[in-house]
Amino acid sequence: MNAIHTEALTKSYGKARGITEMNLTVEEGDFFGFIGPNGAGKSTTIRTLLGLISPTSGTAEIFGKSISSQKTEILSCTGYMPSEAFFYPNMKVGEVIRFSASLRRMDCQTEASALCERLKLDPQKKIRQLSLGNRKKVSIVCALQHKPRLCILDEPTSGLDPLMQREFYSILKEYNQNGTTIFLSSHILSEVQEYCEHAAIIRDGRILISDSTKKLGHTETKRVTLKGLTSLPPLDHVKDIQYQKDTIRFLYGGSPKELLCRLATLPITDVTITEPDLEEIFMHYYQEDL
Amino acid sequence: MTLMKQELRKGRISLILWTAIISFLLGVCILIYPEMEHQMNDLSGMFADMGGFSAAFGMDKINFGEFMGFFGVECANVLGLGGAFFAALLGISSLASEEKEKTAEFLLTHPISRTQVVLEKYCAILIQIAILNSVVIIVTLLSAFAIGEFPKDNTLALLFVAYFILQVEIASICFGISSFLDRGGSGSGLGLAALFYFLNIIANLTDQAQFLKYITPFGYTEGADIVATGHIELKYLSLGILFTAIGAVTAFLKYRKKDIS
Repeated sequence: MNAIHTEALTKSYGKARGITEMNLTVEEGDFFGFIGPNGAGKSTTIRTLLGLISPTSGTAEIFGKSISSQKTEILSCTGYMPSEAFFYPNMKVGEVIRFSASLRRMDCQTEASALCERLKLDPQKKIRQLSLGNRKKVSIVCALQHKPRLCILDEPTSGLDPLMQREFYSILKEYNQNGTTIFLSSHILSEVQEYCEHAAIIRDGRILISDSTKKLGHTETKRVTLKGLTSLPPLDHVKDIQYQKDTIRFLYGGSPKELLCRLATLPITDVTITEPDLEEIFMHYYQEDL
Repeated sequence: MTLMKQELRKGRISLILWTAIISFLLGVCILIYPEMEHQMNDLSGMFADMGGFSAAFGMDKINFGEFMGFFGVECANVLGLGGAFFAALLGISSLASEEKEKTAEFLLTHPISRTQVVLEKYCAILIQIAILNSVVIIVTLLSAFAIGEFPKDNTLALLFVAYFILQVEIASICFGISSFLDRGGSGSGLGLAALFYFLNIIANLTDQAQFLKYITPFGYTEGADIVATGHIELKYLSLGILFTAIGAVTAFLKYRKKDIS
């Protein structure tokens, strides 16, 4: 079953771009990364899926339920962690967590306590006393305490220190192994590559590609490193050239045969041709004329 | 019910302050009546000769020498204006504050429909208005008994009913406006309440502006009219109820489809 399925989902804000004709499928049980820089449309997609904003056209379903007509049912089995966590400032952490559970008509005390302990979150503290990182932790507890079928996280690790990021991903992995579908947006490609099974790249409100993170890392584009050269002779399909002493690194998107023929004529001392990492793939999709 | 309880908890300090201030002023106003009573008969004659100024506040229609006459104009204005400001603030901030404080995203990603959100917030407003008025009624009655005044007819009850409806009307109109706002609109809420108050004064000054009484809820809460006639003017009241319904329904319709930024 698909956890998320959109067809030609569009949200426009007049002249400002939102998302355009988005077709996206996330299978139940997946750990899915949604990659794109700021302003690409990640948050608009998430806010549309959660019913915070209405789509201009197209359809979207979560677990087969329409986001337009079955929003409450969808939200009852979904957890959400926004990129900026805001709560009622006069409430205590514990009160916010209990308020969130009572809005779901659930008693999540055991799970909430366990999460607070793992995240080192003091339930007695007032929200207004919390740093961004600690507010994010409250958000994590509210998103997970009811053991949702789908957890949507928008830029989840911003504000969390590296140790807490590791703990956070460890918690997500456990939930995922217990059946929760994880859908997280990020522009930190290393974390998507490390934790996500599948990912989609969004650019200018459109999905450019959606595939497994392994396949995304395996493209026709190669990272080429040449030693023994201080300048690169003219070569087509080359991008992202980096010079370092007698070493030149670049992304090559043309025919391997042509590249090898050209390299044979050059006074190189060493050559390495590797798969680019996800960050380089990402750059590939963001540089139109490769 | 969860959200309604949360709203009541969130607004409790404001409710306590407004209730205490209005009750205190109303109580003091009533308690000074015995000292002023013997001067009031003279004042009634003087107000009757002051033409437009007296008419503006309805002081040309009632006898200040009687407790209800004094209460209808002097004391009831405290509840009228104070209650209107309180109701306006409640209504205008209820929905808009969630977006202003960026808590709407947290609230609306829980399994609670927008209709339920509006309904529970509206109920919380009505309950807070009811609590304020209940305390004010108790303080008024205790103060009146303390000075030996025992209202015999239903005029006092009519005044309180009228002011309760006025507060509900202003809160509902502001609630409707609130559904369009994504920032706090306290200024516009208070401004609207003040505008309604002054529209009634203008309507009292000249017959040509009488139509304004159809617009402002202060038209049907005119203490002097209620004390003098013993009833609430239905033609103004019915429009007030219509505006109340329009305000509340607008909030429901608008908020259901609103994009939360």
